[in-house]
Amino acid sequence: MSKRHLYVLVTMLCALSLGAFAYKTLVLKFPLVAETQASLWDIEVHISFHAKNKPVKVSLFLPKNTRRYAIVDENFISHGFGLSTLKDDQNRQAVWSKRRAKGKQSLYYRGTVHRIEVTEPPADKSAPRSKTSTFTGVKLEAAKALLSEILDRSADTSSLVAELTSRLRQPNSNRDQNLLLLLGKKSTTEKTLYVATEILALAKIPARIVHGVRLQNHSGQPQFVHWLQVFDEGLWKSHDPETGNPKLPDDYFTWWRGAEPVMELTGGSGLNMTISIAPNQEEAIEAAMLQSQFAAPKFLEFSLFALPLDKQAVYRVLLMIPLGAFLLLILRNVIGIKTFGTFMPILIALAFRETQLLWGIILFSLVVALGLSMRFYLEHLKLLLVPRLAAILIIVVLLMAVLSIVSHKLGLERGLSVALFPMVILTMTIERMCIVWEERGAQESIQQGLGSLTVAVLTYVAMTLPHVEHLLFVFPELLLLLLAGTLLLGRYSGFRLLELRRFKALAQDSG
Amino acid sequence: MFALANTLKKRGVLGLNQRNAEYTLWHNPRRLYPLVDDKLTTKRLAEHAGLAVPQLYGTIEIQRQVRTLPELLQPYEDFVIKPAQGSGGDGIVVITGRRKTRYRKVSGQLISQEALDHHVDNILSGLYSLGGHPDKALIEYRVKFDPIFESISFQGVPDVRIIVFLGVPVMAMVRLPTKMSDGKANLHQGAIGVGIDLATGKTLRGVWNNEIVIEHPDTEHPVQGVQIPWWDLLLNIAARSYELTGLGYQGVDMVLDRDQGPLILELNARPGLNIQIANQAGLEPRLKLVEQCHSELSGLEARLAFAKERFQCPST
Repeated sequence: MSKRHLYVLVTMLCALSLGAFAYKTLVLKFPLVAETQASLWDIEVHISFHAKNKPVKVSLFLPKNTRRYAIVDENFISHGFGLSTLKDDQNRQAVWSKRRAKGKQSLYYRGTVHRIEVTEPPADKSAPRSKTSTFTGVKLEAAKALLSEILDRSADTSSLVAELTSRLRQPNSNRDQNLLLLLGKKSTTEKTLYVATEILALAKIPARIVHGVRLQNHSGQPQFVHWLQVFDEGLWKSHDPETGNPKLPDDYFTWWRGAEPVMELTGGSGLNMTISIAPNQEEAIEAAMLQSQFAAPKFLEFSLFALPLDKQAVYRVLLMIPLGAFLLLILRNVIGIKTFGTFMPILIALAFRETQLLWGIILFSLVVALGLSMRFYLEHLKLLLVPRLAAILIIVVLLMAVLSIVSHKLGLERGLSVALFPMVILTMTIERMCIVWEERGAQESIQQGLGSLTVAVLTYVAMTLPHVEHLLFVFPELLLLLLAGTLLLGRYSGFRLLELRRFKALAQDSG
Repeated sequence: MFALANTLKKRGVLGLNQRNAEYTLWHNPRRLYPLVDDKLTTKRLAEHAGLAVPQLYGTIEIQRQVRTLPELLQPYEDFVIKPAQGSGGDGIVVITGRRKTRYRKVSGQLISQEALDHHVDNILSGLYSLGGHPDKALIEYRVKFDPIFESISFQGVPDVRIIVFLGVPVMAMVRLPTKMSDGKANLHQGAIGVGIDLATGKTLRGVWNNEIVIEHPDTEHPVQGVQIPWWDLLLNIAARSYELTGLGYQGVDMVLDRDQGPLILELNARPGLNIQIANQAGLEPRLKLVEQCHSELSGLEARLAFAKERFQCPST
């Protein structure tokens, strides 16, 4: 009776899901596999600030066409601001202005960038003039001394630049007095580059700082990268200051040139900028729709691609969660692995996305182990439950801070990316583990802890498969298939795999 | 692997998924769970129906009452403190006597008033309850177990569990505490589970940590062939528990007191599956049989007779 109802429902869900999927792939020819080398990228900049009821002006450097990338489409959302774009031989700039503005303001820029085949540029440009150095006094002397050393060791411009960048890349301890004076104790890439351009200016070699982003799938907020361009043999040549490599990676995308910051604000405060970068799948899908002789149905306009880029990025992750839940269901109800909490492993797996797998496992085990020992200590103090949980939470946060600092000091940058590690979940895990430890013994407790970790790792692996991510994002209807599978498993009444071991004694001939 | 699964299936062994999907989900309506999840409610229900339970000395329901604990315990030399919504025997403290200001636990260990207060605090804040809800602490009569178990149990109180399906007892076992289980009657923690022949009330072979035993590992007395006293009364109480709660599939846990006879400890809406190991038999065929025939069984006597006739153990 109700089983038939279930089967009918499951069949309908499967048919609906596969039908939509088949229609999109076979008729509309949506791409089944993500383009590995996307030629189109969407870049979105969101600027926010607080206006103080005064005339406001915001300027933002914009990317412009280069020989490797062309901007095929761009638009601005200005929310009542006047917009003008300026252009000089180096940069393009957008300037938003308003006579009076008050409160929180948001401005957007969105551009689509097309990668073009690299053709060697004509080497006929007239040499730009090098700028004059702004160094004075001691700094000027130090720079001159450094330059003469470098000049001694180089033959032409390119070897000079190579020598200069390698000097600037030396770690603090190896630096001589001149370098220390110029760079200071703490040097950022930008400062190093600034010093490099100043020194090159002394040598009358035209040079400039270039800022850009990497066109790739970023797991967090994309960071600006900076490099050096030196005019040599009739064209601008790029040098990566981090590696000293004269050739830049293909995905470096030039944003603006010069020493100024990317944006400036007058008449407001709290200027903030978020960048999103994502491969543009829409193009491939639009192309697919154009090719098919059928008109694209209206409902496709309501696809996830209609969302802003940062929301799309969130949905790329969100759509993977049902997959994780489905896997968890199998591991718990069919295999029979015991875990702490029902969906805790999924949350841990989500946290692994931030930290990467290996570091995530280390962090999880370390925090849980240390937290557990603190919890055993707290047991002596005989605290009530909620204060005790709060105490463990505080300890967990402190532990994570300490771990981050230690790992940073050791040069492990991963340790810093743990901000979103679910601390409350960790706290509950520690508490539950401790109770199970006392009630059922260490073995059971560790078993469940390892069970949770194993499930978290497996769901992480499943949830980060790029092909699956692409499939679920382009074809969200596949989630109905997962739903159907989940409903079916809801009536699964067979043995759990680990139960077989438990009931083994019953399979032997008891006579 | 599949061969093993098939063999188990053929013997009618019930798995967790099957128990949930085919029995508890269908026969135990969710709204009845509170009747058995709170031991205080169960106790009142049973008393109302005239079934014997361990006498309640008092309850502690709010944090402030913990201060009155020494006063409350004053008249009693020995007692048991347990969470009203605990599961699997977690959070139960058995006190057998006093020594000056301290209490002696069943293991012989002494425990201070402060530690006992803290334990009650933990119970109230829901440490042992399902889902961590705030809970109540019950203080009740400590069962003096029947001398028959003296030689086959270590420290704790053995209890008898009977699975009752639609009012028909289908399987039974007695759980004997061992040194390993720390005096607790919990199979997970190392207690022995010994199957009971429903027809006669005589024990079958025991299972200890998934291996078959015929002697108690600590006392070395045989656990097989022991006649459980009051057997007919035990079956009777178990069968009546169906009317008590309305739960179709439940586990009835009882103890045998030296003076008072069988007392209901608790009822369980999701009884474990270890009873199958203790009995060396699967539950499924018995449950199927009851499902087929229960419409013909009218009245308590008919159900008991059915259980005794159909579920007797052939080897004894």
